[in-house]
Amino acid sequence: MPSIIGFYSLNFGLIISFLIIFFSIKNFKNSDNLDKKIVIFTFLQFLFVIISFIGLILSFVNSDFSNETVFNHSHTTKPLFYKISGTWGNHEGSLLLWLLVLTLFIFIFLIKSNTQPKKYRVLTLLFQQVIIIGFFIFLLKTSNPFNYVLPKPEEGLGLNPILQDPALAIHPPILYLGYVGSSIIFSSALAATSTNYLSKEWAKHIKIWVLISWILLSLGILLGSIWAYYELGWGGFWFWDPVENVSLMPWLALITLLHCVIVMEKRLILTSWAVILSIATFSLSMCGTFLVRSGILNSVHTFANDPERGLFILVFLFSLIFLSLFIFFFFHKTDNKNLNSFNLFSKETSIIVNNWFMMYFLSVVLIGTIYPIFLDVISSEKISVGPPFYHKLIIPFLIPFLIAMTLGLKLKWIKSEIKDKKNLIIFFLISVLISILIVRNFDTNFLIYTVLISSAFFLFFVTVRDFFVKKFSSFSQNISHFGFSLLILSILFNNFLTNETIINLKLGQTHVAEKFIIKFEDVNQSSQKNYESVVGKFSVKNNDGKTDILYPELRIYNQPNIVTSEAYIKTNFFLDKFMTMNYVQNEEYFNIRYQTKPLMLWIWISVILISLGGLTSLFKKKYES
Amino acid sequence: MKVKFFPFFLSLIFLLIFIVFFKGLNKSNIYAPDNIIEKKVPSFSGKLFNQEKEVNSSEIFAEKKFYLVNIWASWCIPCREEHSFLMELNRIENLEIIGINYKDKTDNAKSFLNELKNPYDLIILDKNGTISIEWGAYGVPETFLISDKNIIKKIIGPLNTDSFSEIKDLVR
Repeated sequence: MPSIIGFYSLNFGLIISFLIIFFSIKNFKNSDNLDKKIVIFTFLQFLFVIISFIGLILSFVNSDFSNETVFNHSHTTKPLFYKISGTWGNHEGSLLLWLLVLTLFIFIFLIKSNTQPKKYRVLTLLFQQVIIIGFFIFLLKTSNPFNYVLPKPEEGLGLNPILQDPALAIHPPILYLGYVGSSIIFSSALAATSTNYLSKEWAKHIKIWVLISWILLSLGILLGSIWAYYELGWGGFWFWDPVENVSLMPWLALITLLHCVIVMEKRLILTSWAVILSIATFSLSMCGTFLVRSGILNSVHTFANDPERGLFILVFLFSLIFLSLFIFFFFHKTDNKNLNSFNLFSKETSIIVNNWFMMYFLSVVLIGTIYPIFLDVISSEKISVGPPFYHKLIIPFLIPFLIAMTLGLKLKWIKSEIKDKKNLIIFFLISVLISILIVRNFDTNFLIYTVLISSAFFLFFVTVRDFFVKKFSSFSQNISHFGFSLLILSILFNNFLTNETIINLKLGQTHVAEKFIIKFEDVNQSSQKNYESVVGKFSVKNNDGKTDILYPELRIYNQPNIVTSEAYIKTNFFLDKFMTMNYVQNEEYFNIRYQTKPLMLWIWISVILISLGGLTSLFKKKYES
Repeated sequence: MKVKFFPFFLSLIFLLIFIVFFKGLNKSNIYAPDNIIEKKVPSFSGKLFNQEKEVNSSEIFAEKKFYLVNIWASWCIPCREEHSFLMELNRIENLEIIGINYKDKTDNAKSFLNELKNPYDLIILDKNGTISIEWGAYGVPETFLISDKNIIKKIIGPLNTDSFSEIKDLVR
């Protein structure tokens, strides 16, 4: 029953789209005020989609296996929490969620943009409805979440156990909120271009949406990588997997756009940049959807290999790109009088320089992700691009990036000299000194890492000092940049100081290593609701006399039949102890992977700090220089 | 009217991207089925894994049965993916599975096999990757089915359910 209601209300939602378009066009030409009907219809559309979404959730909760989506992705023995999260843990449901967020956001946009010109609001709504209709048709035509299975199966096929995880249950919705937020930015930029409303007011207005999407995207990516850290059992947190990359690209575009919009709000320059980046952000999000959903790439995230779906998104994506190119080139009027008034030492220059770097990072990720596809199509050659490619191309460029970032914080708008030079030089020397002392102990490329760590420390010290000197005057800017320096430092030290031991142990055996002794104490088997659990008990005695007890786990899921290994992670402020356990050939032995990873917690904290900067600036009235 | 060159150029680029993506869609992405068919196995010699013994290709493929040559490495994540298929194929009587351990550290390779079990009847070390080049391999993993010293099937990328059942049919 909920399925039927869900299906019909989805259709009603689509019909309302056409009504909205009809009334919007009428309203656009005729009156000076936004027609109340349009707002009501937008709300109704959201209501229909949410009914449909609740319908799908109820089908999952009731384990209604006559619904194909439920049958494919659920099972009666699954805990309620994962039945619900299973709703968006699959292709069809996740698209429905996407549509839900689309309709929610445009509704919020309409009621929150009272002070903006009517034409701009209506046009934004129109562009957004084009996207919404596209998604409605995509959903109903190629991926209907409410398809029937006849006869009704007794039992479902189950959700991939690797996805049954609290972090992953909320990872997709948050990420989608970020992606979809970028659609509002896209529509709004196009509307502002066509109505010639690219002004300081627009910049101020859209900045909020940029911030919101960016914060949500950051948190979504963070959750995904935390999940990868403890669930995939490799102890890594970023793999340069194509699907991770496609979420990183809109993130980079958004953060660049954010800086552009900040400059635009102050000085009304970089307007073309802002429009192009708005278009790019959403196109990259859509491109990500295409790459993931079409099966053109292989990855853990690939839901279904269905060329028909891929074709639809592809055509849709490129229609939007061509539409936006058309609007940009025919309506956008560049205002040349402001363009040349840049001063070498000004905040805007430093922002532009960093935007170039950001664009460079974006291109590296883009090329690494899609070049293999190009090569395969054009010459049938297969290559795979891995972490070394990204590391070699990105790491050296982080150095000027960090330095420009630090100096940029010390510059004022329009024209200035660098403030407190003396302090900067002192900080720089201290940073270099510390880095030399630290890097000497590592077995790595001395020169490049000394310089890199110095520049990260430089940013670190300068921002820390600003917390005390400037107090709250540019708190949000400071905290984000401080977070970024912390992120780079944590990642680097984490990389250098990670220690890994892989051994096979029998119950009762001990392994003596240089710095610790691992003893396999005990193993326990127990039956959980939808899996069998095997928990090992290991004691790790460190040289300093302290003993840790670790409990890595193996889960043997019954539906579908998959063994997953749950890492046991003992986190403290400076060091993570990470242990996974796996079966070995003759079953008496277990394969143990034990890692000590310093500063893991700080990687997560620094990403949260970076987002926190965005969040605090949302609550501020005015951006300080 | 002034001819706008830049928009035109940009549209052209996007059109190109569209075409490439479009073609990419229709191309199956891990499978290059009829790339080389009925080619002789290359001749090579290499050290055996775990033993200090050198072997020659003519000795390896001497018997009258099917051989499956699988290029793998412990650092290769897709190799883990296809491992269960190899374990399954290992049970087939007249199929011998030969692993070529590509650019790997012996210790890592050992713990890989310890962790996931060993499906190979014979493993040849290929420390610098030259043997794999002889086979015309693009990367790891790659799998060749050999009958009567001819390569009758080549699979690029990890084995999957389709290629698995195809191999099973061919060997029968």
